[in-house]
Amino acid sequence: MVHIGGASMIEIGTVLPEKVFYLDRALLKQYADASGDQNPIHQNEEFALSVGLPNVIAHGMLTMALVGKYVSDFADGAANVLEYGARFVKPVIVPAGEKVDLTVAATVSEVVDGKISLTLSATSAGVKVLGMAKAVVRT
Amino acid sequence: MLNPDSVGRTFAGTDSITISQSEIDSFCAVIGESDTQVAPPTFTIRITLSQFEAFLTQPDVGLDWSRLVHGDQKFEIFSPVKAGDVLTCDATIESYRVAAGNEIVSVRSDLHRAGAVVVSAWSTLVVRA
Repeated sequence: MVHIGGASMIEIGTVLPEKVFYLDRALLKQYADASGDQNPIHQNEEFALSVGLPNVIAHGMLTMALVGKYVSDFADGAANVLEYGARFVKPVIVPAGEKVDLTVAATVSEVVDGKISLTLSATSAGVKVLGMAKAVVRT
Repeated sequence: MLNPDSVGRTFAGTDSITISQSEIDSFCAVIGESDTQVAPPTFTIRITLSQFEAFLTQPDVGLDWSRLVHGDQKFEIFSPVKAGDVLTCDATIESYRVAAGNEIVSVRSDLHRAGAVVVSAWSTLVVRA
């Protein structure tokens, strides 16, 4: 059962409402602990700079987890998410003391056999961070 | 450098992994998910990335994990993961190439529950030049 902001029609080209997530250093630490990925580029600014990054960056998989939440909400639960993939094209940069946005939206790209395909977009500070982001959910 | 003979090899995870409610709860808390009955779609990366690290950094495979970045990721979920699931993981190196000095490795993982695949995942990992 899929619901989309009260709208009843879902067809190819339907644009889903945008949602904004916010990331800060505390969330990166929380994700590191929840996922087991303790790579210091996601927590230690000095280390991140030393390997040529502009600042601490979010885990690509944290970005993907948040966009996955958007997909689960659309699908009326994670149990209805059948496929989900993305390419990490640019990092989400998370300076100390700041909350940065992750702005997510989607367009319906296919509706067949009880399945809906979504083409997802994800930007941070206006920069596209995921490419080829797609999901298939059960209706 | 990755040993090119590793391409096509499948590595079987030795231990079964039991999923706890608390690890699902912790993952859900990060993304603001209040429904913790099933694991979020990307939850199993928690298992597969550490398995990949164990397989790919074996001396006879030889990947340099310290310069690794994640290129892309895909999940196909056949059955949602829940607390109490006992899973095994195997991983296959599907392809390997070198482009502009970067090593690009595609790895597939399959998580099984009682012999049936529950999640297949594909990761492209890039070792920066």
